[in-house]
Amino acid sequence: MHWSLIIYCGIITFLTRFSMIALLKKDTFDQKTKIILSYVPSAIFPAIIFPLIFLDNTGNLDFESNPKIVAAIVAVIIGYFSKNVIATIFSGIVSYWFLIFIFY
Amino acid sequence: MNNKLKTLYKGILDVSPLMIPVVPFGIIFGVIGMDLGIGPYMTFGMSIIVFGGASQIVLLQLFSGGASSIVILSSVGAVNSRHLLYGAVLSEHLSGLKFIWKVIISYVLVDQAFAVSNEYFKKNKKNKNKHYHLLGGGATCWTIWQISTLGGIFLGSIVPEELGLKFAIPITFLALLINDFKKIKNVIVMLVSGLIATFGYHLIPFKAYIIVAALSALFVAVFLTNIRLSKK
Repeated sequence: MHWSLIIYCGIITFLTRFSMIALLKKDTFDQKTKIILSYVPSAIFPAIIFPLIFLDNTGNLDFESNPKIVAAIVAVIIGYFSKNVIATIFSGIVSYWFLIFIFY
Repeated sequence: MNNKLKTLYKGILDVSPLMIPVVPFGIIFGVIGMDLGIGPYMTFGMSIIVFGGASQIVLLQLFSGGASSIVILSSVGAVNSRHLLYGAVLSEHLSGLKFIWKVIISYVLVDQAFAVSNEYFKKNKKNKNKHYHLLGGGATCWTIWQISTLGGIFLGSIVPEELGLKFAIPITFLALLINDFKKIKNVIVMLVSGLIATFGYHLIPFKAYIIVAALSALFVAVFLTNIRLSKK
């Protein structure tokens, strides 16, 4: 890791936040663009989530004896019904610990 | 209390409940930074310089996977593209501010601060000091994030690896999506992104699976949006 990489990442992060506030006039984006941008979290986060759950340390698919899948499903169900961020995180991690320490 | 202080205080108060999940997220980031051998200075430096949880996790994850700088930077850019929306939505309220205010506010414009201040701006359009609300919320997020990162850096040497704290990363991101679980179009977009990233992990070169999966899923989102608009 180099400091330069951290600084570049900082600049990119800052510019995405700054550009619209500083450069845009009111209503530069039409309604449709705003709708599409609202899908960005749904498009980006699963690309981080899925590989961390379904792949093992070597990057190969791991469907059998994978407690992460079961724990993630528990978290999804709790999240779906509770719509509570903390309950979702808590249920996922606790069920993961239950599986790795007691069940497996 | 004058109006500026009052608005600042309201921002701090409004954002506070959202800080509860930020604490474990920050701790996890610190622990993982230490786990990967990045060292305390760089781990903490990331929280100061980048100040964005998702960006920092992606940076760590891709770096430890051996991705090149170009792939890391474009993936961080993709993760951050949601901020374009925040800025676009807020520009209506902030366009009259001085340049230095826009710089400060951009630095602290994280998801949680945006969420509460956007609501406040809609209801208090006439308050000419309303940007103090965003400053209060953003500064609160900043302080909590830095303290919890430090906590994680300190705990990193104590927390045993058997606890599998890395699993907290996908779970934390998953928790950010819960409000979209009931929207079928969002769920389709999520599945497209996740499946492409998982099955493309080895197939897509240069560890570019995050950006390829995200762009493909966004393309599907455009397609789904068009269907809805044409029906109207």
